Amino acid sequence: MKYMILVAETEKEFAMRNEAGTPAFEAFMAPWFAYSSELAQAGVIVGGQALMGPETATTVKIREGKRIVQDGPYADAKEQLGGFFVIDVPDTETARDWAVKAPTTKTGHTDLRKVMPYEEGA
Amino acid sequence: MPGDTQESHALAESIARTSYGKLLAILSVRLRDVNAAEEALSAAFEQALKSWPDTGIPKNPEGWLVQVARNRGLDRLRQKAVHDRIEPALTLLAEEAAEASPDNLFPDARLKLLFVCAHPAIDPAMHTPLMLQSVLGLDAARIGSAFLVSPTAMGQRLVRAKTKIKQAGISFDIPEREHLEERVGAVLAAVYAAYGTGWDGDHGTDTGTAGLADEALFLGELLCSLLPSSPEAKGLMALMLYTASRRDARRGAKGKYIPLDRQDTGQWNRQMISRAERLLMEAHALKKPGRYQLEAAIQSAHTKGRLAGRTNWPAIQMLYARLLDLAPSLGAYVSHASALAQMGRHGDALTRLEAVANQVGTYQPYWAVRAYCLRQAGRNFEAAKAYDMAIGLSEDASVKAFLRTEKARLAHPE
Amino acid sequence: MKYLLALYDDENQWMNMSEEEMGEVFAAYGAYSEALVEAGAMISGEPLEPTHIGQRLSTKDGKLIVQDGPFTDTKEQLGGYYLIEAPDLDTALDWAAKCPGATHGVVEVRPVWEM
Repeated sequence: MKYMILVAETEKEFAMRNEAGTPAFEAFMAPWFAYSSELAQAGVIVGGQALMGPETATTVKIREGKRIVQDGPYADAKEQLGGFFVIDVPDTETARDWAVKAPTTKTGHTDLRKVMPYEEGA
Repeated sequence: MPGDTQESHALAESIARTSYGKLLAILSVRLRDVNAAEEALSAAFEQALKSWPDTGIPKNPEGWLVQVARNRGLDRLRQKAVHDRIEPALTLLAEEAAEASPDNLFPDARLKLLFVCAHPAIDPAMHTPLMLQSVLGLDAARIGSAFLVSPTAMGQRLVRAKTKIKQAGISFDIPEREHLEERVGAVLAAVYAAYGTGWDGDHGTDTGTAGLADEALFLGELLCSLLPSSPEAKGLMALMLYTASRRDARRGAKGKYIPLDRQDTGQWNRQMISRAERLLMEAHALKKPGRYQLEAAIQSAHTKGRLAGRTNWPAIQMLYARLLDLAPSLGAYVSHASALAQMGRHGDALTRLEAVANQVGTYQPYWAVRAYCLRQAGRNFEAAKAYDMAIGLSEDASVKAFLRTEKARLAHPE
Repeated sequence: MKYLLALYDDENQWMNMSEEEMGEVFAAYGAYSEALVEAGAMISGEPLEPTHIGQRLSTKDGKLIVQDGPFTDTKEQLGGYYLIEAPDLDTALDWAAKCPGATHGVVEVRPVWEM
């Protein structure tokens, strides 16, 4: 079964994205490298991606046939989506164990969501 | 022929003053990064000051500056690219740089930049400041003071907006036809915002943003030449010219506010008026009415009315009615009521005003028009109260003074 | 560039849908996904089960906190995502606007961080 692990980061962590090459950046990245390589070694990872900060976000919606585009992220929250992993594991307990290990569980928060199963070609 | 240092400095300075925005626009479009373009351009100016005294002033100084800045910008991007692994984008940039000479870029680079500045993914409040900085080269302090924001805060917001342009990958191309009209609308709105809320109809004040009127006129002219088939670009320019033509006549001795019907028309700028008339006619010929054309037509009617000694209020009333269909706003609603009052239809005007009474909040013109209508209707007691509101809500001392005089006439009927 | 399209909508509207309506929505998403694939823009994408099946994990005073969904007071919750390839934000916004989620919810477009 597939699960999505969504990591929510703080403003401080997003600021780190512009600090490449500094010791602080290395320190920030180390647990992420460790986490993703652990996922890879366990053979559970399906996909994943780190995102630019919420200040680069744009929302789009269609209302009464008109496109409405706005600057900024959808959610007005302190901790914002900073990236995600998709994993394939046998059950929810295993998925939860992996989610707990995400570094954001300590610094921000981590959401675990079940991917809707669907038949290929349905 | 080596030039002398003084001459080089003077020339560099004059280019910086007159063409900074144009050069920055060209570079921003080339490098697809406004921050990098600023950095590269200032380095090119530095280099010019260093090398021109020895090598002589180049034949095409602007072209020289663009070339040097572009090479430098590309170098910096190349260094970064190794780090960011963005080779494909870089190759593309290098190809474009090779094929493009600065001259054939001049016409539309600034148009592209104007579209980027007024992009829907950028906070609308930043559209105008971005334009003022990247197209006209105004500094954050000047922009901040016009928007009543500290230079530091404005500087930070500008950096944030430019970072979004770059990191989110906003396109520097002319928008596709499908979205063009909407995007032009955003560009026009940002230019009009630069012109200032101060010239809102004939009731407003010109505090705060008035200092940017000249910059807005410059941007308006630029838009007319870059978008020759846009009737609304012409309409906006005409609108700004009509109100700008009265600038000297709006203030009497000691800066006292003078309303349109009492201005000395001899102080109006006739050149601006005839240019506005011409633009409005050109716009009309394109047969696509719009909000700015209607507002300009209203100002045209006011101008002609004063010059002829008789204002065609029924025509103005009709133009406002059409404007309300197209772009309803509280300002237009109140101005429409005002036109009705001028036609002697105080009752209709008051009815219309009462219909929006619950949404006027602190909108000063509402109270000024209401006071006038009530006075005309002989309802002096209510008129006095409305005058007090209008005086209390006005930011401009000379407007306050004018309204106090009007209120005093209640007690001493002519 | 790569962009994440995060689809936020009212998950309750799904529960109140008839079988037929549900079929229409799935068909709309199917057609949209196909268009992304045809255009060579699709990288990946998944629909998510409602939030009450999900969990939010955080730490307070060194202790693990587990909270069941829905996680926020907002009506809309993340209902799925697409990861796409687009030359610039404008193209990504065009794709977002074509997504069925833009009509019944909101699509957030976020560039991917290429480390």
